[in-house]
Amino acid sequence: MTTLDLNEATRRPFTGRRVRFGDVALQVVAGTAALAVTVLVGLIVWKVVDGARLSIATYGLHFVWRVAWNPVVGREVYGAGSFLFGTAITSLFALALATPLALGIALFLSELAPRGLRAPVTALVETLAAIPSVVIGLWGILVLGPALRTHIEGWLHSVFGFIPLFGDPSAAGASIFTAIIVLTIMILPIVSSISRELFLGVPHELKEGALALGTTRWEMVRGVVFPYARGGIAAALILGLGRAMGEAIAVTQVIGGGVFIHWSLFGQGDTLASKIASSYQGSTTNLSTSSLVYLGLILLVFSLLANVTAQWIVRRVARRHGVTRGGHA
Amino acid sequence: MSAQGLSGPGLRLDRLPRRRAVNRLMELLAWLAAAIAIAILGIVVYSVARKGWSELNLNLITKAPIPFSLTNAPQGLANAFAGSLVIVGLATAMALPVGILVAVYLNEFAPAAVRNGVGLILDVLNGVPAIVVGIFVFGLLVVGHGQNGFDGAFALACLMLPLVARATMEVLALVPNSLREASLGLGIPQWRTTLSIVLPQTVGGIVTGTVLAVARVAGETAPLLFTSSLVGTQTSWDPHHALQSIPVAIFELSESPDPADHARAWAAALVLLMFILFASLAGRWLATRSRAKMATR
Repeated sequence: MTTLDLNEATRRPFTGRRVRFGDVALQVVAGTAALAVTVLVGLIVWKVVDGARLSIATYGLHFVWRVAWNPVVGREVYGAGSFLFGTAITSLFALALATPLALGIALFLSELAPRGLRAPVTALVETLAAIPSVVIGLWGILVLGPALRTHIEGWLHSVFGFIPLFGDPSAAGASIFTAIIVLTIMILPIVSSISRELFLGVPHELKEGALALGTTRWEMVRGVVFPYARGGIAAALILGLGRAMGEAIAVTQVIGGGVFIHWSLFGQGDTLASKIASSYQGSTTNLSTSSLVYLGLILLVFSLLANVTAQWIVRRVARRHGVTRGGHA
Repeated sequence: MSAQGLSGPGLRLDRLPRRRAVNRLMELLAWLAAAIAIAILGIVVYSVARKGWSELNLNLITKAPIPFSLTNAPQGLANAFAGSLVIVGLATAMALPVGILVAVYLNEFAPAAVRNGVGLILDVLNGVPAIVVGIFVFGLLVVGHGQNGFDGAFALACLMLPLVARATMEVLALVPNSLREASLGLGIPQWRTTLSIVLPQTVGGIVTGTVLAVARVAGETAPLLFTSSLVGTQTSWDPHHALQSIPVAIFELSESPDPADHARAWAAALVLLMFILFASLAGRWLATRSRAKMATR
């Protein structure tokens, strides 16, 4: 009896080595899903390039900087110049406004907040990220825009009017300025929650060492926390920038539209994403549809660049910190 | 690197009052930044609640909209609510199994290089602007066939997929290896170990990830604009036709010059916002609960 049992037991590993149908099946099914994701990303790139082909063939690279958008049949001319300008000015200004705020929030949550406030404030800031863009846009055009026009734009114009950025206040509240504020609100929670995690990851020995040397809390932050998290902050900012460039709906609602390059923040404009959102349904000719997809292609290239750069920085930073930590241990 | 930052002129003892003042100022600014973020949230939620409250009644959910209405007959957005339920439900049904399978493959089977590579691709997919996903699905499925609810659901599924996969990967990584080894050591094949030992441990985390992903795409407008927006006013549950959705309805009503349309847009925004806030809170609560459960194990 005992010998028989032993035989049974010793045979087990050998059956285990045999290729099992179930293992292969699960691996193939799951592997196919992973392959499908890869194919999906490739398909997105290919379909967008394919959709833009007519416009690329007609205008070539010239399209990218030409300032024109005339869909009148027979006099069609399209170009991305003004939308690129609008995208750059809205997303860069939004990033400039959001960065100090987001870093302040992250410092508050990681260093300053009393224990009882930490969790609820973190939850509230992340809730801000959950508000759909169409709701922010609705609020932006019906509440924020008019409020900015009556209270802020006029004041900025009268005080800083000599700077071309602060031109005449907008007519109806729809302006590049409103779009900048809306985008700031939308990227604020992203940048702050990534930065918060980075700050929490700074080793306690470094922070305490600095404080023990007699620094104030701010000097500790400036001398230890910021340098340690520098790479990660850069990645967070790039991700925020990518998010701001790609936001379509809320910007479409508040920016007003138009094909021109001007320096006044209180004028109307369009970004790559908002132009696509506002014109896609009304597009009548193949060339205009294809040109809108070309705008999407430019947007896709920028957001892919931003994302890959940010991920590259994150991975590099993680590896370096992993190595230094391993070295200390 | 920290030594460089510390050796600056800021450390001189005779300037202590000034340094303290700077520190105080910076702390104050950080408090202020947090207060601003919460104030923005409060203002947005308050505006939506105040303006949406008056139109918030059963008509909103049960009555269809009446185009160019000249009477005061009660109107609602029944078509949008039905459409959103169908489209988001279908999107979840598409993204959930694929997302879980991707995570299972990457975490349980794939070599490190593949895991990193496909992980990067998931992040890239997550970073593709929603409007570009809309253009993509338009070019892939809509051109030549017309819009329908399935196209919209597919577009939303593209946005959900990386979220679900990432969330599942995170909880799979938390399952202790000793559990897998114990199961394999008992002679249970790997596929059964994965499906009936490892995956059940992660249900809480997957549910959390899915709830958060649903909350995220339920408010997406841009992908639906190209794939499921040319609709009539009748209420339909059939995804073979284009279906209206709440975000697209809000978007269209917000562009209208009619204040009555704005009122309905606010009411729909209030319902959407309540749903999303509730779902995010539920997701966070589930997340802390499942994390606590995992930690005690």
